[in-house]
Amino acid sequence: MAKFAKKKDGDLPAVSTASLPDIVFMLLFFFMTVTTMKDSSLMVDNVLPNATEIKKLEKKDRVIYIFVGTPTQEYQKVFGTEPKIQLNDKFANVEEVGSYILAERAKKPQELQNVLTTALKVDKNANMGLIADIKQQLREVNALKVNYTTYEGDAFNNLQ
Amino acid sequence: MARNNEIPEVNAGSMADIAFLLLIFFLVTATIQTDMGLDRKLPPKDTTPPLPINERNIFRVSLNKNNELLVEDDRMQMQDLKDAAITFLDNGGTMVGNEDYCNYCLGERSSSSSDNPNEAIIAFSSDREAAYGTYILVQNELTAAYNELRNREAQRLFKSDFTEMEKAYFDPKISAKTKLELKENINQIRSMFPMRLSEAQTNMNL
Repeated sequence: MAKFAKKKDGDLPAVSTASLPDIVFMLLFFFMTVTTMKDSSLMVDNVLPNATEIKKLEKKDRVIYIFVGTPTQEYQKVFGTEPKIQLNDKFANVEEVGSYILAERAKKPQELQNVLTTALKVDKNANMGLIADIKQQLREVNALKVNYTTYEGDAFNNLQ
Repeated sequence: MARNNEIPEVNAGSMADIAFLLLIFFLVTATIQTDMGLDRKLPPKDTTPPLPINERNIFRVSLNKNNELLVEDDRMQMQDLKDAAITFLDNGGTMVGNEDYCNYCLGERSSSSSDNPNEAIIAFSSDREAAYGTYILVQNELTAAYNELRNREAQRLFKSDFTEMEKAYFDPKISAKTKLELKENINQIRSMFPMRLSEAQTNMNL
């Protein structure tokens, strides 16, 4: 007659955690592919305006960024609360924009130097005078393609 | 001495911890960037002296320091700007028989507004005190006006939206043949409603 071993009750079988690394790696690769590295830390408040008629900036290597906004809390003591320009990791005056563009352009490979776009990441509360000065600077160095970077959303939210 | 030929199993229990560490590092240092926006082309530095333009072909939009919109010297609500721009661009005031008669315009054909979309210029000036957000709103509305007209013509000629055609054109997965075809169509629509949005100071001939 067959004998059945009596099941031990009370202790649960251990859940295998062998596949946990795989799951985590999957997450890791997901984040690595959908995100990009922060290359410069923001020193200005940068709440972009909203717009609906937008186009995507296609190639990252052809873009030069200019940030504009009021300095963040920690820099306000030194730099005040007026909107400032941030180029790479430091604050700059309007006159420095031209030379910055030229320097950045020189860093890019030869074949890309004529197709560069300048992305203006401007806080929506900045005033137009500063932007007009920047645009004048860009014209001086013949960097004519600009992109006013915005969020996607109803543009009428900008009025508040 | 007895040799143990079996390779000892490496304990993989800490692998998860290592992977988590990497994951958290990437979460902290990476951002999902918003790289979308309004594309514009600035005018070159040495502009040629402008040709005299008829006042009826210029649509003056300006933004004062209180973020109020002035269109042709009258106050206007932001909501009405798009329609006003469309009415202006689509007017086609030249009479039938003239060489720059606009046969695809559906506007009022008023003699006091633009002659032809090819000649219509929107002149946009903003005060230095105006907020950037409002400026973008105006730019957005004007772009929307152009896009609506372009979409209308693209629908009529190619049964597709202009914005969709542009999106398809910039899609990297597209084949070279369709890309060429699209380029031709896009250029045709663009030449029907060229975007002539000027931010330079235009002299008032009052």
